[in-house]
Amino acid sequence: MAYSDKVIDHYTNPRNVGTLDKSSHKVGTGLVGAPECGDVMRLQIEVGEDNVITDAKFKTFGCGSAIASSSLATEWLKGKSIDDAMKIDNMDIVEELALPPVKIHCSVLAEDAIKAAINDFRVKNGMAPIESEKVHH
Amino acid sequence: MNLPIYLDNNATTPMDPRVLEAMLPYFTTKFGNAASRNHPFGWVAEEGVDYAREQVAKLIGASEKEIIFTSGATESDNLAIKGVFEMYKEKGNHIITTVTEHKAVLDACKHLEKLGGKVTYLPVKEDGLVDLELLEQSMTPETILVSVMYGNNEIGVIQPIKEISAIAHKHGALFMTDAVQAVGKIPVNVNTDGIDLLALSAHKIYGPKGVGALYVRRKGPRVKVTAQMDGGGHERGMRSGTLNVPGIVGLGKACELCGLEMESEAKRLSALRDKLQNSLTVLEESYVNGNIEHRLPHVANISFKYVEGEGLMMAMKDLAVSSGSACTSASLEPSYVLKSLGLSDDLAHSSIRFGLGRFTTEEEVDYAIEVTKKSVNHLRELSPLWEMFKEGVDLSKIEWAEH
Repeated sequence: MAYSDKVIDHYTNPRNVGTLDKSSHKVGTGLVGAPECGDVMRLQIEVGEDNVITDAKFKTFGCGSAIASSSLATEWLKGKSIDDAMKIDNMDIVEELALPPVKIHCSVLAEDAIKAAINDFRVKNGMAPIESEKVHH
Repeated sequence: MNLPIYLDNNATTPMDPRVLEAMLPYFTTKFGNAASRNHPFGWVAEEGVDYAREQVAKLIGASEKEIIFTSGATESDNLAIKGVFEMYKEKGNHIITTVTEHKAVLDACKHLEKLGGKVTYLPVKEDGLVDLELLEQSMTPETILVSVMYGNNEIGVIQPIKEISAIAHKHGALFMTDAVQAVGKIPVNVNTDGIDLLALSAHKIYGPKGVGALYVRRKGPRVKVTAQMDGGGHERGMRSGTLNVPGIVGLGKACELCGLEMESEAKRLSALRDKLQNSLTVLEESYVNGNIEHRLPHVANISFKYVEGEGLMMAMKDLAVSSGSACTSASLEPSYVLKSLGLSDDLAHSSIRFGLGRFTTEEEVDYAIEVTKKSVNHLRELSPLWEMFKEGVDLSKIEWAEH
């Protein structure tokens, strides 16, 4: 199976690889997936005043598409308010990276990671977590 | 050195130019139908087939009358298993095989279960080898066939074939082996190994795709299989269909070359394989899968923990290898062979199979070592699991959200 140029680009030059201080109240961490399933994503956001995301980092164990999906997600998150970030849909990632059907679960995982990171931040800062209306399996 | 480098010789091998050369006349000037008995075109083709039959037989210590040409090992496996089941149904309906067999064997057995067959799928030990005691205990008076592969395609382990065939024979069952990965790589002898049926394929031994053979013992005992295709009664009535003469000639030549070069080639390849393996297991948290003592000379299956196999293959884009991670398949299930060794799913997802071959050079192996090391280290920098491992987090204690 051939990868799209965008997947190869993100995979070869992943953006925003790294770790933020998860104990900071400004940082939200989402850890999703499972080693048994062959992908684990950890996505972190740092949120400034007005609930705008000032930084985002990721680390991913998974295939090229999983790494590219999380790399792309961090790019999209920076500068967005946490409310707008919550609206990122996995199909946006599928479209941007031209993921084939067997790789859609990678984009789902990235969306889950975004939502988990935002909710972690919300809970830390006394806000109620937002339940996702979509249920992915 | 040309890139990319081919290290997936268990999947298929490039054809040896000497094999191609032997085949070429049989496409054009020697194009006859080997079954045309009444003119020279047929005779010439038949001569080519007969000579190939001798070449194949010689490699496995058989007589040329015991070789049935097929379209490949999948057909050979199917013909042997289904053919024995039909032929010996008066005697019994029980077949014993192992969980690490090729799908051609497993799925042929599953098919027979639908037709009233009883199949025992033996588990294997952690090193991939069959537990002989368990085999002995599984034998019943209804057991007609024991089918165990010679060398495994994913991890390369070599089963104790002599011991297994002795157990089968002691209980009056036939012994069949899928020897696709072993024939031509290590000495295989149907008599000293006690083999009644053996499947082999040309394209794993530097021959063409689309041709293989089934060895069917003729003496002590005389084994019969019911044909699985109806037609002109070729191949002693066991396999109808016009013979693929160029392919068969190629298979014969491939067998001859393996017979001549196997010994020196096995030494060369095992030295290269050991170099590769020893250089890569220097990496932290890397493990060789399967028994390393009883193993084909050209295979190494290594898991690099905390790195996902498919992601790793993408990083090693100049290396053609394969992975036990099935991230590309719809099922997302990792290799059933690795799982049957008791490997956790995450280690199975982290495995890479290196399959060296006749045209692999030391320079290529050195390059593969460097690329693999670099890629594993790079991906570990990206891996949250590696970071957690380094921080001393016990990953088994985390409640993962399996999806």
